[in-house]
Amino acid sequence: MKTCLVVDDSSVIRKVARRILEGLDFKIEEAEDGEQALTACKRQLPEAILLDWNMPKMDGFEFLRMLRRMPGGDGPKVVFCTTENDVAHIARALHAGANEYIMKPFDKEIVEAKFQEVGLI
Amino acid sequence: MTPHDFDYLRKLLRERSGLVLSAEKQYLAESRLVPVARRHSIATLGDLVGKLRSGENSSLATDVVEAMATNETFFFRDKVPFEHFTQTVMPALIAARAREKHIRIWCTAASTGQEPYSLAMAIRGMNAALAGFRIEIVATDISAEVLARAKAGIYSQFEVQRGLPIQLLVRFFSQVGETWQIAPEIRDMVQFRSLNLLKDFSPLGTFDMVFCRNVLIYFDQETKIDVLNRIARQMPEQSFLALGAAETVVGLTDAFKPMTDRRGLYIPNAAKRVTPPSNILKFALKA
Ligand SMILES: C[S@@+](CC[C@H](N)C(=O)[O-])C[C@H]1O[C@@H](n2cnc3c(N)ncnc32)[C@H](O)[C@@H]1O
Repeated sequence: MKTCLVVDDSSVIRKVARRILEGLDFKIEEAEDGEQALTACKRQLPEAILLDWNMPKMDGFEFLRMLRRMPGGDGPKVVFCTTENDVAHIARALHAGANEYIMKPFDKEIVEAKFQEVGLI
Repeated sequence: MTPHDFDYLRKLLRERSGLVLSAEKQYLAESRLVPVARRHSIATLGDLVGKLRSGENSSLATDVVEAMATNETFFFRDKVPFEHFTQTVMPALIAARAREKHIRIWCTAASTGQEPYSLAMAIRGMNAALAGFRIEIVATDISAEVLARAKAGIYSQFEVQRGLPIQLLVRFFSQVGETWQIAPEIRDMVQFRSLNLLKDFSPLGTFDMVFCRNVLIYFDQETKIDVLNRIARQMPEQSFLALGAAETVVGLTDAFKPMTDRRGLYIPNAAKRVTPPSNILKFALKA
């Protein structure tokens, strides 16, 4: 079973994402911000990361840059999931090493399509 | 709507578009036709069927057929057919058409355009191999409404997130408010035309690759056979047909045969080709 780290400061979003991803057979870890996510990744790298952009302490973009510099940090597939729905943000995310990008609001179908796209399912 | 009205509607749909509506779909019909009735200022669905019967308003019948057609589609739907397209079909056609340097592709039921635009984007991704080739993509559909949307090439955020890799969104779309518009370079690769598959389509000419996906499923057996056989007549040797995941030629016609290891992909059956000139010749030799 693959593990997905869900990083979002909203507990509601984390809950929705958990339900969707568990339905797709993922084991879920949660983090409330980039710092917590980084700690989780240092402990063990997940196969997938669903990542919000705007979060307190460390935002998703900053987290991604740190992750990609960690040993083995290019392993996890990172799918942004954010309300930053403009081309400039998307381009920055891709440049920093994101694999896919979901614009909120999202639903199961979109998550499934994007996870398929990057070969996670 | 009385059962009698519903029967009339089913007959009309079948005659005009080939769409088969099963008897238990009355609820679906009603929910889709209420907005049509409203648009035409008709009070009840009974009245709507009455007007259809009287034949006084031909645009009403067109609207009814359009409302009943399922237009569901998305970019790179089912993914695999597009991999077959770039990895199997195009390399074969590039070799087979090396002299003419002209390849014609037909999407027979293009709906709102995601399928032909996916092909156009896939073709853009293989530029080097196609140097000097002229590629035509003809996209047809029975519904004027979906074709208008296809031509505009404007999609909602939801639509561009179903099947379209994010890199392609960034490369080939521009953001217009909350929507996304396909780039002119992709849009200009596709010619959209209105066409009913039940009618003669031979004037469209011949095609090296035909996508006929997720439309045969709505037709009855006889119509499927007829449409497939007529498509076969528009296809030269060394050409390809792609059907939808729930569709096949098997048991319907031997004008095509499935390709081994390429699910959903078919080629014209050379042995079964109906070529009148050579038949005439054989006859003449015998005599
Ligand atoms: C489910 S969509 C398929 C779209 C696309 N080919 C795909 O696979 O995603 C079916 C389309 O067939 C069209 N259609 C239905 N009957 C037709 C007919 N008799 N001739 C041409 N198009 C037809 C509908 O208008 C609709 O847009």
